[in-house]
Amino acid sequence: MPMSEEEIFDKVKKALVEALSVDDDEVAPEATLTGDLGAESIDYLDIVFRLEKAFDIKIPRGELFPDNLLNDPQYVQDGRLTEAALDQFRQRMPHLDLSEFEKDPDVNKITDLFTVQTIFNYVKGKVN
Amino acid sequence: MRWIWIDRFTEFKPGRKAVATKNVSLAEEHLHDHWEAFPIQPASLMIEGFAQTAGILVGQARDFKEKVILAKVARAEFDDIVVPGDQVTYQAEINAITEQAASVKGIVLKNNQPIGRVEMMFSHIDQNLAGAKFPEENFVFTGQFERLVAPFLEGGDG
Repeated sequence: MPMSEEEIFDKVKKALVEALSVDDDEVAPEATLTGDLGAESIDYLDIVFRLEKAFDIKIPRGELFPDNLLNDPQYVQDGRLTEAALDQFRQRMPHLDLSEFEKDPDVNKITDLFTVQTIFNYVKGKVN
Repeated sequence: MRWIWIDRFTEFKPGRKAVATKNVSLAEEHLHDHWEAFPIQPASLMIEGFAQTAGILVGQARDFKEKVILAKVARAEFDDIVVPGDQVTYQAEINAITEQAASVKGIVLKNNQPIGRVEMMFSHIDQNLAGAKFPEENFVFTGQFERLVAPFLEGGDG
């Protein structure tokens, strides 16, 4: 039986509360992991481990969060993501909502793409 | 001299679990100031002791090829104090380990009674912090750390 959206969201929330030491009510769908919830780079790995355990899934490197993309000159030019990079995101990360970001793909705004909703979308696609 | 806060391992199951003990003694100078009238083992040093137990477990799981650095203390709770004469035990288990990092959790005991819970993350720094360069030599696992665990590795899984 597929998991209900509520059940998925509750488990995602628990993983984020534990990984980021934030309060339950801070974990709103639109909250950004870095900007609103204070996630640092190691926290992203912690979140991956906790989601794998909570949902009994495998999350390959680079599937939920980008991996080393930003160090490739083909993908970043003058502080902006190239069209090739955006294509990579579209193909490999359908859980991301790029509609706003692609208008001004500033590297410094990448972390804004990763919200609680993003994680929910990813996990939902993975478990059901 | 290394900053070592475990005395010895009592159990070592490669890739899974490690248990180490530390005898707290009034001969240790830090207890003279923490505090003179009432010496207690600082919780920060118990976190360090747990991190060393867990860090060696994580390092050995990759045959000491990775530079394993404590990256995050996700949880550290202690319900009781530890004073000179007590024995502290750190029981660490690997939750998850990948090429980039490891997650470890466990408990801390005082004279065989559980008094604390710890969760932490270790980073394999050569696989992370993209772009940063570190010395070739593995400065994390030097002789003294390896000697602590050697008796358990020579004869199989201990």
